[in-house]
Amino acid sequence: MKVVSAIPELEIRQQPGIAKPDPAIVIDGLRRAFGGLLAVNIDHLEIQRNTITSIIGPNGAGKTTLFNLLTGFDHPDKGGCSLHGNVVVGIPAHQVAQRGMVRTFQLTKVLPRLTVLENMLVAAKVQPGATLRGALLGGWQGAERRNEEQARDLLERFGLTHMSDEYAGRLSGGQRKLLEMARALMVEPTVIMLDEPTAGVNPVLVQSLVEHVIGLRESGMTVVFVEHDMDVVQSISDWVVVLAEGQVIAEGPPSAIARNPAVIEAYLGKYRAEDGQ
Amino acid sequence: MDWGQILVSGILAMVGPITAGYALSAIGLNLQFGYSGLLNFGHVAFMLVGAYGVGITVQAGGPLWLGIAVGVGAAALLGLLLGIPTLRLRADYFAITSIAVAEVIRLVVRSSSAAPVTGGVFGIQRFANDFYALNPFSATTLYGSGPLVITGRTLWLMVVGWALVLLAILFVRRLINSPWGRVLKAIREDEDATSSLGKHVFAYKLQALMIGGAIAGLAGILFALDQQNIHPDNYQTAITFQLYVMVILGGAGTIWGPLLGGALFSFIFFSTDALFARLQANVDWIGQLLTPAEAGLIKYILVGVVLMLLMAFRPQGLLGRSGEGRVGDS
Repeated sequence: MKVVSAIPELEIRQQPGIAKPDPAIVIDGLRRAFGGLLAVNIDHLEIQRNTITSIIGPNGAGKTTLFNLLTGFDHPDKGGCSLHGNVVVGIPAHQVAQRGMVRTFQLTKVLPRLTVLENMLVAAKVQPGATLRGALLGGWQGAERRNEEQARDLLERFGLTHMSDEYAGRLSGGQRKLLEMARALMVEPTVIMLDEPTAGVNPVLVQSLVEHVIGLRESGMTVVFVEHDMDVVQSISDWVVVLAEGQVIAEGPPSAIARNPAVIEAYLGKYRAEDGQ
Repeated sequence: MDWGQILVSGILAMVGPITAGYALSAIGLNLQFGYSGLLNFGHVAFMLVGAYGVGITVQAGGPLWLGIAVGVGAAALLGLLLGIPTLRLRADYFAITSIAVAEVIRLVVRSSSAAPVTGGVFGIQRFANDFYALNPFSATTLYGSGPLVITGRTLWLMVVGWALVLLAILFVRRLINSPWGRVLKAIREDEDATSSLGKHVFAYKLQALMIGGAIAGLAGILFALDQQNIHPDNYQTAITFQLYVMVILGGAGTIWGPLLGGALFSFIFFSTDALFARLQANVDWIGQLLTPAEAGLIKYILVGVVLMLLMAFRPQGLLGRSGEGRVGDS
């Protein structure tokens, strides 16, 4: 399952918060506290364009909070984040999506009583009939045909064609993950954020999901994902960012991260980290 | 026992103007609840606002058509005012707020301080004359054949009422079959997922609430024209829940469901009412068991039983696609 990294030549010093040559996402001074708990506290973090960057960290490290902050589902107390130079933090979720950053959810959110095809069409980027005015005036059928063609192509790519007219609520857990990913692509994003794409999916389908994630990078997207399965992280990440207690404690290519003492300490405790050396 | 007469009262109620008004209001509720997932427990307030819009405008010397426009507009405005502070909240908060707002509006309208405008507990009368002046039928002539006869006055209301129902259904169908309607259904299924796909969920919910509210306003106007009397206590919360029964009975989230549900509800409601009134009067042991007032309550029990059977055996409603009621439990 070893994949050649998209940026093997990157000679970036593996130091938390280091600058990247061509960042898609730049996070600056991002803070979010829940009562006394500082869930996210990132001074500076850049994510390289057109790479697969995984965010790992022990439970409660702030990974999902960071995702929510970046995609408009939560708002920071301080600080900001830019996507290709545009501010994306502090604006509502639907605007983040319109600016090209789309997310999936840890607990998959398909629209159960819509068919698989309808799930795809809801997400279509260009559809004048999706406004009340457009719906009343009519004349949206042309856009609908183009969107349907795009949707059917994507369903084909993700192996869901045979389920097109079924309710999404009838899909298996793994098929839901695939649908969610395919549906996100209907928004035509430049950055796709996957929150635990392989959680609760059987090992055979994990392999297929991993290939799809690589496919996203190959079609030019920047992929950011949170993942607990270290085999998946090791095999497909170009870059790994490690969070602990809301802070970035390490970043670097996957092979180096596994040997990083700060990471071992965060996962296994100080004693084991010293013991290992 | 005259079974024919019981059937006749059921059928006359089913096709009558009251049922048309209920069906119309249910169409508005179906857009909000059935398609957008908005738990609007204050639907009756939109009907009240529509009716009072007509009454107050005509009383102030305005023409009837202006009153209708004011009533429908005011109902849509109520949707806007109710929606802005509450639609960003979770569904249950919206439900609680909407039921409270409906009661507050009714109590304000019926209060003595509002009496100069709303007539307080006496309500508003003499606003419907222009409507009946347009009646092409002879108001006192009986139309129909055999036992199924109605007056020309009722016929005029029926024609207008059912025409409005049909127009509302065609209008909602056009909206729901568009991409806009698909977004509404997506919001009903999962708000977070829909906003993660770039859709401004709040704006869609507000639009659905306002359009559904305007349709309910029109229904309120129809009731007022039928009764020629606008009284605050005709707009009790119970009406809202009867409308929910109709929507769920016919099939929430279906185009024709509210119409079928409304008609069926009226039929069950009025025929059992007639049945038990006669049983009470003519069958000795039932007459001893129940007072006339108690016999009048049996219809509510039967509607409850019908609804329970429906939930157990056909949760998607009569017109819902099979399996739709249960998908997505996971």
